[in-house]
Amino acid sequence: MLNQVYRLVAARQFEVQTVAETVTDNDIVVRPRFLSVCHADQRYFTGSRPQSVLRKKLPMALIHEGVGEVVNDPKGEFKPGTLVTLIPNTPFGTDPIIKENYLPTSKFRSSGYDGFMQEYVVMHRDRVIALPDGFDMQMAAFIEMISVGVHGLTQLEAAMDADSNTIGIWGDGNLGYITATLVKQFFPDSKLIVFGRHQSKLDYFSFADKTYLVDDIPADLQISQAVECTGGRGSEMAIAQIVEHIRPMGTAILMGVSEDPVGIDTRNVLAKGITLRGTSRSGRADFERALKILSASPVTRERLQNLVGLTRKVSTIQDIIDFFEGDLTNYWGKAVMEWDV
Amino acid sequence: MIYAQILAGGKGTRMGNVPMPKQFLSLADKPILIHTIEKFVLESRFDAILVVCPADWLSHTQDLIKKYISDERVHVVTGGSERNETLMNGIHYIHENYGEHDDDVVVTHDAVRPFITQRIINDNIEAVLKNPAVDTVVPAIDTIVQGTENKIDDIPVRSTMYQGQTPQSFNIKTLVSSYESLSDAQKETLSDSCKIVLLAGQPVKMVRGENYNFKITTPYDLRVATALVETRS
Repeated sequence: MLNQVYRLVAARQFEVQTVAETVTDNDIVVRPRFLSVCHADQRYFTGSRPQSVLRKKLPMALIHEGVGEVVNDPKGEFKPGTLVTLIPNTPFGTDPIIKENYLPTSKFRSSGYDGFMQEYVVMHRDRVIALPDGFDMQMAAFIEMISVGVHGLTQLEAAMDADSNTIGIWGDGNLGYITATLVKQFFPDSKLIVFGRHQSKLDYFSFADKTYLVDDIPADLQISQAVECTGGRGSEMAIAQIVEHIRPMGTAILMGVSEDPVGIDTRNVLAKGITLRGTSRSGRADFERALKILSASPVTRERLQNLVGLTRKVSTIQDIIDFFEGDLTNYWGKAVMEWDV
Repeated sequence: MIYAQILAGGKGTRMGNVPMPKQFLSLADKPILIHTIEKFVLESRFDAILVVCPADWLSHTQDLIKKYISDERVHVVTGGSERNETLMNGIHYIHENYGEHDDDVVVTHDAVRPFITQRIINDNIEAVLKNPAVDTVVPAIDTIVQGTENKIDDIPVRSTMYQGQTPQSFNIKTLVSSYESLSDAQKETLSDSCKIVLLAGQPVKMVRGENYNFKITTPYDLRVATALVETRS
């Protein structure tokens, strides 16, 4: 099958490449329908990754968050027209201990492996999950990011001590919002506090028990467990505040990606016996749990639908460029494009 | 009902000394025709997909489809001596096997345009369900010059010039009645199917093609096509 793949070849420059695809019985052919842009995609689009990384990874199709429609299943397990969520992590091995998203042999869409900006995506059979009825398609486009939040909180469940009194989230962006929404499902009896830099963004977290601007945190405030969802330069300050406000023996899940190394006050990490646990990406089990939570909780779906920000149909390469540029100036929410290229 | 008709009736006279018609030549390890059919079988709205080929190549086409395609909607039909006769042979096959309905439409496509996309097929279907005929076009890049006997007669304004591609899609009833209204001389000389309905006074809707949806007609085209395709590692 000849497939048109829309690859980023240099900063702000996409080109179409025809790729001859082989479809085996282990594959399913999916037509992407709605695609959601992640910060990682924007770092490639704007060329803000180091040149050595760009040289190695480009040309590459961007986007690892999306929902699509099955057009061909050689085994007939999925009917044409079935809407599916797409799992970008693609394992090429298994390990009894290491989860699929941490296996060095796994390939990840839009990170050195073509993402979903393609006419059709040939997915391994176990990399798609049928979407339950009644899901908003634009919200469904970023189920991958929801699964990343699920993964982070699943890791928190596994690593934390018995104190779930107060959960603190650092970060008022998309990941912070998604993770905070999920905390209400994972830890329904816990007090949720969200820490952010923008009051106008914190105002969206109406379901949180309390929000604080990061320069106005009461000195005596204590939290049981923490999740860092800032990334970038904000990570350092967020981790410093977590170390300051977390109770001894607490666990902090680190989810924000920073391009450069950040300083950590290890003296207090040691003194308080804090567990810092990094998490990255997600696997099929996290997608399944995310779908279970979303199916069972209309209020969670509604909160996450409110995160849909910029939306537009894209039909040409110029539309795609305009969409990515538009997302850069988009103040709040996820940018979701209807894929009609 | 929505039909697809892949026109594979060409004899490859422009392909130089190649003995095989161009639609059967290999591109990325598969016949060009197969690449084209593969794109059409991914569209579930087609009720039947006809492949219209020269009589001499009927069994060859059937063998190829048996080898590469597993979709019961695909049928091979014998074409005619020129393009529009080939097209109408396909329409006769539809009438004989599926009956005639006022809202039947057909999306016709050159077998030698394997770079057709889902978006173009979808746009054709959407447009032909609302219009009597649809043509796929791209804006002309070069200036179009009209001339006879080495002299320019006219240089039309480029912004109103387009290059016609395929698919070309039709409401079948409109196409048949338009074709029947043509004189024999017109039928023989018409090289473009949309002109059949245009001459009958029907509007033809334009949808956007892609520059890479080109027709593999010459050895040069085949070299370009081969260079364009990357194999997934």
